[in-house]
Amino acid sequence: MGGHLNINHLMFLGQGALWTIGLSVIALIGGGIVGFVIALARISPLKSVRIASAVYVQLIQGTPLLVILFLGYFGLAAIGLKVSPLAAAGASLTLYVAAYLGEIWRGCIQSVPKPQWEAAEGLALSRTQRMMKVILPQAIRIATPPTVGFVVQIIKNTSLASVVGFVELMRSGQIVNNSLFEPFAIYAIIAVTYFAMCYPLSLFSQRLERWMGRGRSNLAPA
Amino acid sequence: MSLQLDFPAVLERWPNFLAGAALTLELAAFATVFGALFGTLAAIGRGSRSSLIAGACKVYVEAIRNTPLLVQIFLVYFGLASLGLKFSAFIVAVAALTINVGAYTAEIMRAGFEAIPRGQIEAAEGLALSRLQIYWHIILLPAIERVYPALTSQFVLLMLASSVCSQISAEELTAVANYIQSDTYRAFETYIIVAVLYVILSLVMRAGFWGLGLVLFPRRRRLGTPL
Repeated sequence: MGGHLNINHLMFLGQGALWTIGLSVIALIGGGIVGFVIALARISPLKSVRIASAVYVQLIQGTPLLVILFLGYFGLAAIGLKVSPLAAAGASLTLYVAAYLGEIWRGCIQSVPKPQWEAAEGLALSRTQRMMKVILPQAIRIATPPTVGFVVQIIKNTSLASVVGFVELMRSGQIVNNSLFEPFAIYAIIAVTYFAMCYPLSLFSQRLERWMGRGRSNLAPA
Repeated sequence: MSLQLDFPAVLERWPNFLAGAALTLELAAFATVFGALFGTLAAIGRGSRSSLIAGACKVYVEAIRNTPLLVQIFLVYFGLASLGLKFSAFIVAVAALTINVGAYTAEIMRAGFEAIPRGQIEAAEGLALSRLQIYWHIILLPAIERVYPALTSQFVLLMLASSVCSQISAEELTAVANYIQSDTYRAFETYIIVAVLYVILSLVMRAGFWGLGLVLFPRRRRLGTPL
């Protein structure tokens, strides 16, 4: 207790902020890869694959991230699999992000106008060719704004990794608070730091949406 | 160590789980009602002619939407304490969740307001409806009807997010799970059960909102809206 916020504390918080970004990148890449598979599985011609991926999405979207994190950290440890906080947080966030990104991207793929699918079929493109050369390039355009918007959710959600002891921004704030005991000031600094990371992305996502909205009119079916 | 799962050992604590689930629903219900009111006011405020009110509402919405709920809860918790105000964890949790969901509701409601065609408002003015009547019948109710699905999924997300309140020792479902797992050393089974309970709670909430939607919006019923 006692003492004042000094440069060392701020350095420590800065290091935490870097880990928040690092964990967000891990979650985005991991969740992006799994989420892409989920999105394709949700529109698969095989009914069993569609159902399995829908169940996955429903289960993850019906469970709080905090419980998934506890399951990954304490749960796996209790059945004999010891994982580090980073591994537990990275894996839990990957599973969580995949379910949400998968649903977002499925919507984007399905919102590519129907005539585009039919035209590709009419040109005798194979399923893979149709996906890779016709649908996905257009779907990526549609998907960019909501995906950037979702990155904001990812950054905010990494704060939950603090409860399994991963030292990101939130946890480093708690540690600094334990030595200074000025909770309000320190959590205010933490909040401002999160805001500084998230707000530019939110603005960027909104701006992309406006730009794309203009370009989208060319995509509308004739 | 071989994998041995013992669900009955954890399941015999079902009264605790049930109490936790009930408190989670209670938290969600309070925060939904207060947050919906608060958020609607903020959405109306954003369209205010006074740039001070509109600006304040925008700052509120952006500040909340760009910071984690966990930080907000700690700020409310320690903020009230530093003002010398002592409240139970439940009250603090409801307050923080209300502030949080209010910002998301405001953004959804604003989209609803913007989707109301200008011509309808002009038509209502032409029919000599009062300002209050126009607001209620032409703007607010149709806007809510339009964004009802987005609103309800936000409220389900809120119920799930209320798990974070375990961190300020509100005795909701996740806090109960933490307590039971430290008592029984059966973390895996405990969290699996809790995850299933949350899935059930979110399905129950969604079904409830769907039913409520049928009662509140007869027009939606005729359209045959999916669950």
